[in-house]
Amino acid sequence: MKGEIETLVALALLFTLLSFLSVGGAISAMPEIHRQAVDLHHWMSDREFVDLVAIAQAAPGPNVLFVTLIGQHVAGVPGALVATVFMCGPACVVAFFIARAFDRFRDRPWRAAIQAGLVPVSIGLICATALIIARSANHDWKTFAVTAATFAVTYWTRISPLYALGAATAVGLAGLL
Amino acid sequence: MSDGADSSSLARPRPPSAAAAHPDLVIPTLGELFLGFFKITMSGFGGVLAFARREFVITRRWMTPDEFNDLFALCQFLPGPNIVNLSIIYGVRLYGVRGAAAALVGLLGPPVLLMIGAGMAYTRYGELPLFRNGLTGLAAAAAGLLIATAVQMAEPLVRKERSLQLAVAIVTFAAIGVLEWPMLTVLLVMVPISVALAWWRRA
Repeated sequence: MKGEIETLVALALLFTLLSFLSVGGAISAMPEIHRQAVDLHHWMSDREFVDLVAIAQAAPGPNVLFVTLIGQHVAGVPGALVATVFMCGPACVVAFFIARAFDRFRDRPWRAAIQAGLVPVSIGLICATALIIARSANHDWKTFAVTAATFAVTYWTRISPLYALGAATAVGLAGLL
Repeated sequence: MSDGADSSSLARPRPPSAAAAHPDLVIPTLGELFLGFFKITMSGFGGVLAFARREFVITRRWMTPDEFNDLFALCQFLPGPNIVNLSIIYGVRLYGVRGAAAALVGLLGPPVLLMIGAGMAYTRYGELPLFRNGLTGLAAAAAGLLIATAVQMAEPLVRKERSLQLAVAIVTFAAIGVLEWPMLTVLLVMVPISVALAWWRRA
């Protein structure tokens, strides 16, 4: 029981920090969650982490909810709720109080500078996310081919990525990977 | 915030800034607020924002394109998930705490329940050979999806030859993705540098 409480506290601390650090969306925080959950706390294997990210990509809802799956896998339903509340909660409180004050600093130059400055950092973070997931999901030429095909469909066509995810899952279920 | 003041005029909430100039805009009720966010969250695969723009601006006419862009800029400026911020801010502006709650519960409630169900199924059956095979394919495809997102975002920096910003992105990528340094440390160094560069370049 004591161990469970400690795990929930660790989840709460991790996601409170990430609630403030996830510039440019929740996907930016994925490498840090991977570092902590897999390398630091040994809550799950590398493969389990990638499985959960993949399931979250295939499910409806905001990207941020992959933290719900992470929390669920680490500490059951309480873990899922703690991860979700602490990832979204601090940011919600900030948004709540800034919502009506924003008009006062909307046109200040420092506002534009902060916003412009966050863009390249968040791009670097999302590229890091792509690298970490691709490294774990690709272990031979067949999985690499699936990754390349999904990239091509998503990047060069207007076909919904959902079809690519479905097709790749079907290829896997057929035992071809 | 001024939730008390809002509750006295539930039928006519404070209109968003440009509503007076756009009489064809619709001001949602609390129930519609919940349903609108519920709809975008359940149809939003791989991110909800694109669906939010179409639903709120075109289908439901809750806001003008300019208002949406303005709101979105604020959400990007704030820490945390953008779409969660958007639900809170739009909800607060209309109905105070109750508006924020209606929008947030509509956005997060249903998919969180789905995720918990999916997580339970994964914990129980994830090691079965059939699931393993399917997940191997799904994970490889998810990686392709994330690479596409990353390339789409990085493209403007390369195309417009923003070499300083590109350098910031590459250093951040290397520190986090290759060296796997702690995110807090990296951001404490890179964000001030990047903001200073943006400040210096403004004109």
